[in-house]
Amino acid sequence: MHPDREAYLVNRNVLSRRLLAGVALAALALTGCGSNDNGKEPGASGGDSAYANLSGELKASGASFPDAYYQEVVEAFKGEASGVTVTYNATGSGTGKKQFGEGLVDFAGTDSLVKESDGVAVGSFLYIPTVAAPITVSYNLQGVDKLQLSPETLAKIFQTDIKTWNDEAIKADNPGVELPDTPIVVAHRSDGSGTTSNFTKYLEAASGGAWKLGSGDTVAWPASTQGGEKNTGVAQIVQQTSGAVGYVDLSDAKATGLKFAAIKNKDGQFVEPTLDGTTAGLEGAEIADDLSYNPLNAAGATSYPITAPTFIIVKTSYSDAAKAELVKGFLTYLLNDGQDLAKEIDFAPLPASLKEKALAQVDKIQS
Amino acid sequence: MTVTNESPAARQALNRRGGNAVGDRLFSWWTLGTGLLVLAILGLILITTVREAWPAFDAMGLRFLTERIWDPNPAAGDAIFGALSFAYGTAISSLIALLFAVPVSVGIALFLTELAPRRLRGAAVTVIDLLAAVPSVVFGLWGILVVAPALVPVYQWMHDVLGGVPVLGRLFGPVGSGRNFMTAGLILAIMVTPIITSITREVFSTVPRADKDAALALGATRWEMIRGAVFPHSFGGVVGAVMLGLGRAMGETIAVALVIGGATNITANLFAPGNSMAAVIVQQFGESTGTFTAALIGLGVVLFAMTVLINVFAQMVVRRAEARMKGSVA
Repeated sequence: MHPDREAYLVNRNVLSRRLLAGVALAALALTGCGSNDNGKEPGASGGDSAYANLSGELKASGASFPDAYYQEVVEAFKGEASGVTVTYNATGSGTGKKQFGEGLVDFAGTDSLVKESDGVAVGSFLYIPTVAAPITVSYNLQGVDKLQLSPETLAKIFQTDIKTWNDEAIKADNPGVELPDTPIVVAHRSDGSGTTSNFTKYLEAASGGAWKLGSGDTVAWPASTQGGEKNTGVAQIVQQTSGAVGYVDLSDAKATGLKFAAIKNKDGQFVEPTLDGTTAGLEGAEIADDLSYNPLNAAGATSYPITAPTFIIVKTSYSDAAKAELVKGFLTYLLNDGQDLAKEIDFAPLPASLKEKALAQVDKIQS
Repeated sequence: MTVTNESPAARQALNRRGGNAVGDRLFSWWTLGTGLLVLAILGLILITTVREAWPAFDAMGLRFLTERIWDPNPAAGDAIFGALSFAYGTAISSLIALLFAVPVSVGIALFLTELAPRRLRGAAVTVIDLLAAVPSVVFGLWGILVVAPALVPVYQWMHDVLGGVPVLGRLFGPVGSGRNFMTAGLILAIMVTPIITSITREVFSTVPRADKDAALALGATRWEMIRGAVFPHSFGGVVGAVMLGLGRAMGETIAVALVIGGATNITANLFAPGNSMAAVIVQQFGESTGTFTAALIGLGVVLFAMTVLINVFAQMVVRRAEARMKGSVA
């Protein structure tokens, strides 16, 4: 073999990643267009908006989970501030934080809070909560259109303690429902993901000790489970496989036409994943002083318990005053007009109280 | 096409020494430089990857190679990084790929060099080369959207028929979603076929006309001629082609990541999901930090080492076999 084979391989890997990202972007662009048609006309308000005098360039990268929403906001912002170019690159939270720490991007999107190993100095950044979205437990089971699951059952299903759909534990959650003896195929994310992190954190917090696999962006799933790339990959496995169950964000679950289960929340109610249930969950969540918050398993009768928050992290102070103004302008837009765009693409807007706090946080940005 | 003896003109040109000494020297430096450059790049890749992966090697020791558990976020205790499951996945999927691709590729190459009418040759070569130009992500998406669902009934049938056979049946265990070692191997087979085909075709076409004519003149059938004249002459080249294909199969990332199923799994069941080293790197790198990142780079080092070892081994095989097979030809 040629010795340059290895160099070629390394290039290929990068290239392949880019290609995948490209395909994902193209797909997002398509969904973006679709929802834009019946949405607000970007630029309808013309040049006399509060943002019209801004100009410059903002670079950002990070979480892929809110990417569809950010792209929508970026597009709409272009209509308000034609002199500003904002690019958001869905690299994943980890890479986003890394690049933010290295100063490669002006702000970063992240689903997880900043850890010591992320390379971002404590005190040098602010959390801005942006939107949230429910993570559905989607399933493919012929003849069963309504499914209710308690957190303990959910934990046992996902660590393959429960192997068939007619298991006693599932029956107990679904009185009067005829359940087939189809074997359960568990689908999970094969890529490291904030969605996995939130889902496993929820199981850890809510299952009363039944969940044994720990939590994080990547966990050690049992060998008999199936991994799919990104939300769409998991959605596809569920769609294609009889008896499959997986965790998928709401917009992808809807786009793929999947059925999803109602999950028992902290107040003992079975709640379906809806945006209202998610916003209710945000209201029930405790919000820390730095605005980091955790809406998983939040209190409230109508709260959907598996809710993923997402944040933008910005610098406490930017050395360039114009840059600080740009960041402030974009985030102010995102938290005001931008919130109206969220629902159209299946993201839940922040409740009023949290939105006010987020706007106050944006004002703290210095130059 | 091959020049075996120096023609008088060439001899004369070679003997005209001194006329262009500077050019000769420049040429020799240039070739030496580019040759060394490749070695230097390889060396640097090895040094940097090992250095970057060191925290993981340091934490895991030899267990990095022998451990089958891969758990970056355990419920309790330290993270565990074991490359064994993924090395197994890389090996199995590549083996399946070669199992299907080599006979097909050699067959196509023989057909094109020995049997096909001249008019068909050009068109067939173009089509095969086009296959090599398809981006791997397209193969991957085709794999999960079309091939995997379509193969589930086939796998199920094979499981029903062969699953009960002792020993052999273990290879054809229960079927899940169609994303498994087998599907990954089949997609890889399609991806490496053009490479192996085009190189073996080149190799077969270098077999001297005289050798083939001699075999036929002795009354050999076409197959006997191929076995007696073509194969011994081109064995080394064919192995080289297979190695290049194997390298591509082992390093293939996106297509495998999409179709192999994404499970940390060592099993004889070819219909079970698994994962390969290259796929794990691309899947998990984006969200990794610290030792986790180091462990993923460590997978790259293991892949690198595996490829080098296999190539060294292949060269040994070729050298030994050529000495035996070519003895009478050369």
